[in-house]
Amino acid sequence: MAEAVLRAPRRETPSAAVRHVRRNWVPYLLLAPGLIWLLIFFAVPTLSLASQSLQTGDVDNGFVLTWHWQTYTDALSSYWSQLLRSLVYAGVATLLTLLFGYPLAWFIAHRSGRWKNFLLVLVIAPFFTSFLIRTLAWQTILGDSGLLVDLTQLTHTTFLLDGFKAVLRALGLIANDQLLFSPFAVISGLTYNFLPFMVLPLYANLERLDLRLTEAAADLYASPLETFRRVIWPLSLPGVVAGTLLTFIPATGDYINSVLLGSTQTTMIGQVIDGQFLRVLDYPTAAALSFVLMALIISVVVVYVRRAGTEELV
Amino acid sequence: MATSGAGDLRIAGVTKTFESFTAVDDIDLDIPRGSFFALLGPSGCGKTTTLRMVAGLDAPTRGSILIGDRDITTLKPHQRNVNTVFQSYALFPHLDVLDNVAFGLRRRGDKDWKTKTHEALELVQLGHISGKKPAQLSGGMQQRVALARALVNRPDVLLLDEPLGALDLKLRRQMQIELKRIQSEVGLTFVHVTHDQEEAMTMADSIAVMNAGKVEQLGDCATLYEHPTSAFVANFLGQSNLLKVAILGSADDGLVPAATHGTALSISAEHLPPGATEVWLGVRPEKLHLGVGGGPNRLEGMVTDASFTGVATQYLVRMPWGQELTVTQPNDGSGRARVGDNVTLSWSPRQGFILPASEAADAGTEVEGG
Repeated sequence: MAEAVLRAPRRETPSAAVRHVRRNWVPYLLLAPGLIWLLIFFAVPTLSLASQSLQTGDVDNGFVLTWHWQTYTDALSSYWSQLLRSLVYAGVATLLTLLFGYPLAWFIAHRSGRWKNFLLVLVIAPFFTSFLIRTLAWQTILGDSGLLVDLTQLTHTTFLLDGFKAVLRALGLIANDQLLFSPFAVISGLTYNFLPFMVLPLYANLERLDLRLTEAAADLYASPLETFRRVIWPLSLPGVVAGTLLTFIPATGDYINSVLLGSTQTTMIGQVIDGQFLRVLDYPTAAALSFVLMALIISVVVVYVRRAGTEELV
Repeated sequence: MATSGAGDLRIAGVTKTFESFTAVDDIDLDIPRGSFFALLGPSGCGKTTTLRMVAGLDAPTRGSILIGDRDITTLKPHQRNVNTVFQSYALFPHLDVLDNVAFGLRRRGDKDWKTKTHEALELVQLGHISGKKPAQLSGGMQQRVALARALVNRPDVLLLDEPLGALDLKLRRQMQIELKRIQSEVGLTFVHVTHDQEEAMTMADSIAVMNAGKVEQLGDCATLYEHPTSAFVANFLGQSNLLKVAILGSADDGLVPAATHGTALSISAEHLPPGATEVWLGVRPEKLHLGVGGGPNRLEGMVTDASFTGVATQYLVRMPWGQELTVTQPNDGSGRARVGDNVTLSWSPRQGFILPASEAADAGTEVEGG
């Protein structure tokens, strides 16, 4: 088929009708691989997951679709705290990536000169090693005899670390003197792992921002802070929205950080689903939790995108 | 606020260097309050850099900038009561026309911003489109929004950086007249940067012609045109025929006997440097007449080109020594010459200007085409 399309111009000119039909087919033809992929690897599994969540039974005797809606209420009442914790951890990590990522993206886009490409490579450099290894590395950083402790001892700044710990304890982010295996460690891991997903869309957006607009704002009596608030921030919203979504959605479902850097007090919903599927073998509960998580993320995202009002932007 | 700091704009000994390149070289300008002033020059002459230093977007390497008695050299752009109409307009794409125009007033906390914004939009005849985004407007409309956005703040000095450059010719003419009207209506000091000599002459009360970071000549349009003091100004503002002239005697009744390539002429003694034996005599193309009716100075030559431009016909006439003179004749019904005709050119002794013989006759010509 593709060959026929390619060879068409060389034959005598086909009638207008034939050409019209052929042209109408091309978009569908181009869409087909993607659509088939989505159908096989997204639509079918989603439906099977939906059906699974309403089945009863066990692994040995098999599952039967019984429209058992109670699985949902049971799952929610047992695991609501892990669901909520996932949203909170992902939310905090997203805010932190935005806080760290925005100045970094601005710097790379407008202040780095000839170092621009090098810095961009540095941003994506962590992807050259596996997610697992990168997260494990945080154990050696935050551990009781880890890099952070060594560094503060070497530079005689242990008091800084102690002060930091006191703040974290006050915020309830660490329980005792240990940095590792705490909410702080999990959120740090999430923030670190998802930072590139924030920086790259922000960079793409800020790089296109016309700096002459900031000159115009300054010319019209806007202080640097006002220029940021009235011109740069609103114009960068599409990048902010893209970055936060790319960070928040996968971070909510992430469980590696919680497994490697957290404790039983920091269990996230991904861990629960993983356990239900692979260890407890309670497939309906696992499927129901997956659906609840999906619904939660979609509703958070819809409200967020509406509030950000990016559809009004050019 | 608009009147408290107002006064003449003074640029005193300002120099701006970028690494090894000197963009603006020790210029001094006094721009009277309420005047329409043009900085004219080819691209790269330093006019835009001068403007940006007045706006505060670039800092001078040396020198100072004052409005009235107030030194604003070190003030940040948002602290200066100076506004700019940018070449690119730089309208905020996320704000509608009303919010764009109101931007400056609201940053300064002006309680009356709504009324003033609407007045400014009426002034540029855009009251009906206040709810639109810049991207929905034509180039001419965007230009007027940019103008309103600057005007509405009633700055001490309003800077215009080639604001009409992106418009087509007809719209540009229209906007030139409109800008001039608005300026005389609001009475603000306008400093207009342009490379278009016609635009500068149409609008400005006085013009500073800049070249290579320096002010070549400063004056009103007529003076610059009739009595340029350098070949650069003579060639940059309109066309000039420059003839090498030997001075043969002393002044008599304001006229001096002279000769060019063996032809006797008489020239006005008014601007002649004392003791000069050789000078350039400049004669504008429209001051030369085909035939003998123009005055006692006469040259013979052959027409090599004739182009009809509507109100006038422009001829190239080759002199016996090879130089081609440009002659512009109004199409007023008088006789026309054809290519190949031998003609006499004549002009009156007082209709020329004198340049020192040391000037390069072609200075400023190569940029005129752009």
